Amino acid sequence: MDSAKLLDAKGMACPMPVVKTKKAMKDINTGEVLEVHATDKGAKSDLAAWAKSGGHELLKDTEEDDVLKFWIKKG
Amino acid sequence: MSQTMTTKELAKKVVNHEETLILDVRNTDEFDDWKIEGGKVEVINEPYFNLLDGVDPVAEKLNKDQEIIVVCAKGGSSQMIAEMMEEEGFTNVYDLEGGMKAWSEHLEPVKIADLKDGGSLYQFVRLGKGCLSYFIESNGEAAIVDSNRMITNYEKFADEEGVQIKHLIDTHLHADHISGGHELAEKVDGTYHLPPKDAEEVTFDYAALEEGNDIVVGNTTVKVQPVYSPGHTLGSTSLIIDDKYLLTGDILFVKSIGRPDLAGKAEDWVGDLRNTLYSRYKELSDDLIVLPAHYSFAEELGDDGSVSARLGDLYQYNEGLQVDDENEFRKMVTENLPPQPNAYEDIRKTNMGKITPENEKQREMEIGPNRCAVQG
Repeated sequence: MDSAKLLDAKGMACPMPVVKTKKAMKDINTGEVLEVHATDKGAKSDLAAWAKSGGHELLKDTEEDDVLKFWIKKG
Repeated sequence: MSQTMTTKELAKKVVNHEETLILDVRNTDEFDDWKIEGGKVEVINEPYFNLLDGVDPVAEKLNKDQEIIVVCAKGGSSQMIAEMMEEEGFTNVYDLEGGMKAWSEHLEPVKIADLKDGGSLYQFVRLGKGCLSYFIESNGEAAIVDSNRMITNYEKFADEEGVQIKHLIDTHLHADHISGGHELAEKVDGTYHLPPKDAEEVTFDYAALEEGNDIVVGNTTVKVQPVYSPGHTLGSTSLIIDDKYLLTGDILFVKSIGRPDLAGKAEDWVGDLRNTLYSRYKELSDDLIVLPAHYSFAEELGDDGSVSARLGDLYQYNEGLQVDDENEFRKMVTENLPPQPNAYEDIRKTNMGKITPENEKQREMEIGPNRCAVQG
């Protein structure tokens, strides 16, 4: 999937993955996709809930070797 | 810097029924699934990610001088939000150390009774998960029933009381939490007791918890009399202590009854469950005090923070015991059951010794409510 920006939030504990994602979203345009990599398990439900409340769209998320990956389309 | 509150301090407030206001900043799905309850706890939810630009959404609802305890999943977000609130002029804000993860592991001992021959019976209340375990001490020895995974809590308590842990008893193979029974038995060189019908697949040695095999704690002062009471699992066994206390495991709770579906098909055990609740227990004295292995509702916590009820009263008020029609009962305990506990299959395998997840993984498996009951 094409993403406009990649945020590496691996090793960061809650709340930092969401804090950094929120910040990174400001650097991309509406309709563009931010890719986020994180290792904090809590990021999974928090990023999904945050995206929804912020009007963004979580297009896809995966989990491989303990790394969670998210693709969020800016709304 | 905001102030930190420990799970122990919060537990004291809950069991003492002190007014407690909690701001839970986890996401709403997690909050709805499982939250801090009991006593005079009031809890409001506002996810931390809605507060990153400022705490106004909650500031409007709260008084700046009242005590507010901010809680999140592990403690990181609550600390950030508590600090932001202080900057906004809140003067009495705490963040719960370790968050819901630590809350899930806290055990609060509450004394239930002095026993006839000088011993004592304690209930360890796991407020974060609704698990109840029991510590019976007599003449320098102790037995623990349905112990949790956090065995250092019991070891410390035994040290303080000056007693030696001799017996670890599980009333059944648990599906909602990881038992500390076998591990603690090995550590203190004690005996681990488990009903044989629940132990067919376990990978370690155990003593058979069966009707007739009394367990002596101390100088023959406290007799634990196993009563076979299938229904929640095939082997479920109840214990009677001092002719007065009936430890029902997950068969009968204060406001509900055990669900029969966590170790197989509900259909198979519904008859056993009915027989235990509507015949076997009925033959016992009404004056027995029921001490269950779980509670599901905050209002089940009594004035002193313990959970118990007279058996005769339960036959009047517990809705699960008021269903005269057998088909209706069958329907109640097999249909519309609540979701099963988190990771219950892996928890069962862990309790059988088939898998040994790392400590951190074990903590994750246990997150969430126990969900062992059927609501009547």
